[in-house]
Amino acid sequence: MGKTLFEKIWESHIVVEKQNNPTLIYIDRHLVHEVTSPQAFDGLRQNNRKVRRPDLTIATMDHNVPTTDRSLPILDQTSSVQIKTLEKNCKDFGIKLFDINSPNQGIVHVIGPQLGITLPGTTIVCGDSHTSTHGAFGALALGIGTSDVEHVLASQTMWLEKPKPFEIRVEGKRKNPHAVTAKDIVLSIIKNIGTGGGTGTVIEYRGEGITDLSMEQRMTICNMSIEAGARAGLIAPDEKTFDYLRDREYTPKNYESLVDSWKDHLKTDNDAKFEKEFILHIDDIAPQVSWGTNPGMTCDVTDSIPSPDEFSKGDPNQKRGAEKALDYMALKAGTLIEDIKIDRVFIGSCTNARLEDLIEASKVIKGQKISPHVKAMVVPGSQMVKKQAEEMGLDKIFINANFEWREAGCSMCLGMNPDILSPGERCASTSNRNFEGRQGTGGRTHLVSPVMAAAAAIHGHFVDVREMDLS
Amino acid sequence: MESFKKITSIVTPLDKVNVDTDQIVPKQFLKLVQKSGFGKFLFFNWRYDEQENEKSDFILNNHHYTNSQILVTGDNFGCGSSREHAVWALLDYGFSVIIAPSFADIFFSNCFKNGVLPIVLDQKLVEKLLQETGVIEVDLENQIIKTPSDEISFEIDSYQKKILLEGLDDISLTFQYEDKILEFEKQSKVPSVL
Repeated sequence: MGKTLFEKIWESHIVVEKQNNPTLIYIDRHLVHEVTSPQAFDGLRQNNRKVRRPDLTIATMDHNVPTTDRSLPILDQTSSVQIKTLEKNCKDFGIKLFDINSPNQGIVHVIGPQLGITLPGTTIVCGDSHTSTHGAFGALALGIGTSDVEHVLASQTMWLEKPKPFEIRVEGKRKNPHAVTAKDIVLSIIKNIGTGGGTGTVIEYRGEGITDLSMEQRMTICNMSIEAGARAGLIAPDEKTFDYLRDREYTPKNYESLVDSWKDHLKTDNDAKFEKEFILHIDDIAPQVSWGTNPGMTCDVTDSIPSPDEFSKGDPNQKRGAEKALDYMALKAGTLIEDIKIDRVFIGSCTNARLEDLIEASKVIKGQKISPHVKAMVVPGSQMVKKQAEEMGLDKIFINANFEWREAGCSMCLGMNPDILSPGERCASTSNRNFEGRQGTGGRTHLVSPVMAAAAAIHGHFVDVREMDLS
Repeated sequence: MESFKKITSIVTPLDKVNVDTDQIVPKQFLKLVQKSGFGKFLFFNWRYDEQENEKSDFILNNHHYTNSQILVTGDNFGCGSSREHAVWALLDYGFSVIIAPSFADIFFSNCFKNGVLPIVLDQKLVEKLLQETGVIEVDLENQIIKTPSDEISFEIDSYQKKILLEGLDDISLTFQYEDKILEFEKQSKVPSVL
């Protein structure tokens, strides 16, 4: 029987395999950031252990870095300690660090691909659940906890129960691909399969609706695999993948011969079997807006908020969850999504802060001003994205519309730095999680695409971007 | 890691589904560089109001449950962020057993690395345990939960069971396979980053 892409990558990374045990797999790339690594380095020190392969490990600081003037000292002492700790750990253990002043600094899942560090067919880990992003390049990319960060630093391997392959086919063509984006596709998937729908699996996204996407859009899809509960998500590499990674700063010297070895091998065989499947038809899907406190609580921009009964389909636990979510979000069932007024707009995060996201959002706001009661900001995913955007003049478009234009980092996706919502504030956000308090205690998050966020900034409430000329 | 002993305690019922790790430990507490002391931040936004006064309607603020070591909760517990701080907080607060119909993958795996036992039970059994007011015993060795009226058996991976019972450090275990790792590296065609 044939094999899935996931099984091929898995099998080529087995170090030790025993019956009724997890498998020891080799890790080709380890990405490290300031928040989930200090305790791992401490563990190494306590046990007199070294980093086994510093040459397969890179680090950056992204989660709690300020996005304002970088020449100023960091005011938050605890953030500052965490950043200095990473600097010291990288120095002590010989790890390459893209620090706060590096032109390569940025969100770890944005810089990996941009620098050509992410490669097809490899295993990649990072102490961050959105590591699934790198799956867009046909890599098996896993988010891990701090104990596993320590384990990989020490041994370049990790123990893992083999996940099950899950096929998600995205069929059809979007009528307006500028208005209905990769974000809307992945939110539609999560809305359908639920936030636990992918638990224990590695999703492979397939079909015309996926191969049509650019690499940056594919990253948006794979990024949110974790929001469906999946261990990872991936997409078979094709010419777009190989082109994207060619001639990047850290693209391997023997890249073309690697491409030759990947071309026929890194795809699911025709007779391979998946353990689970789901099909999404995208011909008629609408821009999506989340209304609740997990990414599965999402509906079309043209819909009204469902009642807890309607949402839960008879499951009493889900019904209580929906009631609690509406209470937290201060929303009522039956309210039209387009009638929801917003206070803040955040364009950023490892989901949607790449150059293409900023280009698309800038088309919506060009020559316009944001609504006077809205505060809006753009946080590019990396310093490189920021520079490229500035070379195209996108910063001016945003600034002229009264957006704030910031330095790169995770920023208000999780609000570990000073970029947070105040209690009760409502935000249209291009990030990945609308959990209670995620963007600031008491803050209310609606997940949307960059074009939807930009349009909401202009109008002060959600609008259907299909009615705009975005070509 | 300490070896996992038999746990005898009342249960703390947290009857919610999809409890994410942002709720278990909010992000403002992820800036610490050690593993200890996270218990005071556990479920912070549910436990305290804006003035940091205890909210009387949250279960952890009911002093009847203060010494409970067993948390019983709903589907998909620990979803979202991979932050291991969530497990550190539960453990530091005093929970060593978490029982739910399902767990998120990364959280589930993080539990075993810290001596916390996550038990997956059928929804109906979890619902019964949510109502249980008596002292229960969790016996990992025999894979049995004893309640005043019942004995419930549970499944666990034999490798994870051994790790917990013996309090093993999995990095030391892995180092026993040093030769296999070297062998793998010799044939790997993946180039270094630098």
